[in-house]
Amino acid sequence: MSLFSQVWTILWKDIRCELRSKQMWAGMGLFALLVLVIFNFAFDLRVDNKAAVAPGALWVAFVFASFLGLGRTIAAEREKGSFDRLLLCPVDRKAIYLAKLLGNVLFIGVVEIVALPVFAILFNVPFSLGGLLPIVLLGTIGIASVGTLFSAMAAATQARELLLPILVFPLIVPIVIACVRATGALMVVTANEPPWLGLIIAFDAIFLSLSTILFEYVIEE
Amino acid sequence: MSTPYLEIRGVKKGFGLKPILRGIDLSIEAGERLALLGANGAGKTTLLRILAGLSKPGAGQITLDGLDLVQQTRKIQRKVGFVAHQPYLYDDLTALENLIFFARMYAVEQPQARATNLLVRVGLSKKARERASSLSRGQSQRLALARALLHSPQLLLLDEPDTGLDQEGLEVLHTLLREHREQGGTLLFTTHDLEAALKRSDQIAMLHNGRVAYQQATSNLEQESIRQVYQEVVR
Repeated sequence: MSLFSQVWTILWKDIRCELRSKQMWAGMGLFALLVLVIFNFAFDLRVDNKAAVAPGALWVAFVFASFLGLGRTIAAEREKGSFDRLLLCPVDRKAIYLAKLLGNVLFIGVVEIVALPVFAILFNVPFSLGGLLPIVLLGTIGIASVGTLFSAMAAATQARELLLPILVFPLIVPIVIACVRATGALMVVTANEPPWLGLIIAFDAIFLSLSTILFEYVIEE
Repeated sequence: MSTPYLEIRGVKKGFGLKPILRGIDLSIEAGERLALLGANGAGKTTLLRILAGLSKPGAGQITLDGLDLVQQTRKIQRKVGFVAHQPYLYDDLTALENLIFFARMYAVEQPQARATNLLVRVGLSKKARERASSLSRGQSQRLALARALLHSPQLLLLDEPDTGLDQEGLEVLHTLLREHREQGGTLLFTTHDLEAALKRSDQIAMLHNGRVAYQQATSNLEQESIRQVYQEVVR
């Protein structure tokens, strides 16, 4: 069985389970919308500072909502023991990681698709959707690649809800800053901006490679 | 002298500072059935988890069919079927979907046909389209047994397999184990039932304080003598 087939089989199982339980999507989506609404009312959104606040609000909503999902990625299966059963199968551990990562990107992506129109309405800032989508996609991959690895680590501990953000937040600071700045650059054109998209791509490449290799060791007892 | 099918030499395992297995030595020939007895906490489940490739031994060596368990875990996992104390199913998948998923994970040919066939064998064909969460404890255990047999493993590891099974479930279990044996399969199971251990195994081994305290072929043993030995060992 090829790596691709293994990844697809596990991913399809996760999607099917999530479609039936709806535990993650509903919670993450609602949380992202709440954060956007709260930010909208909490800040004085005048025309001159909207573009400065909006990208931060958008990414805070995405990051916090994604943590709700990332925390459940492996923890739910560990609690039920079904993750152990998956580890009994003679499948490449990289396939398990990649399936979980793709699942997370998909789940977070759906939440982002729902949250983006709400963001556009509430914040009423001009931005090009074509320019924003690659930033959102690449940013999500970066956050999910680190989050999936550490969710496997945290799932084996008692204080997983506390541990996951403590472990992951410091690591994703560069990509979150890059995403916020790249999103901001879409709203207000500034001269001499660093290549934020390049930084996001570099982050993705480094952490995706590292996490794929390290996952096998992380899930060992 | 031929090498045993499963050979366990000096296996140790601890969690933190607490030693669970303090040097296990056991061997099983191909086609043999070994019952592992011992009080709660003796290390039976830990040993089974190591043999299934879920946990690595702290020290010692395990070979199965000439393969090293630590170095060739994936190859060994293809040869091993494991039924844990709990069924560990995907609650949101149906009984059939659970089996098809794992059949694909083991690269079983024609996964749907194999899964359907095994559901019939364990008497759950009418429950095929029901979610695993709606199955009773005994039905879940039967489904877990079917899952363990999907890839026709040579070695079956069963951790108290009769837990939660009603009379019909027990009959299904014993029929499948008999067939597994007739096909030359090897069996290692844990139990607290001395009568079942004597009746359904060729050898019994008793674990106490993380060591094999007693090992004997069952052919010349009687239930009362086992009971006495068991009480002396676990005392």
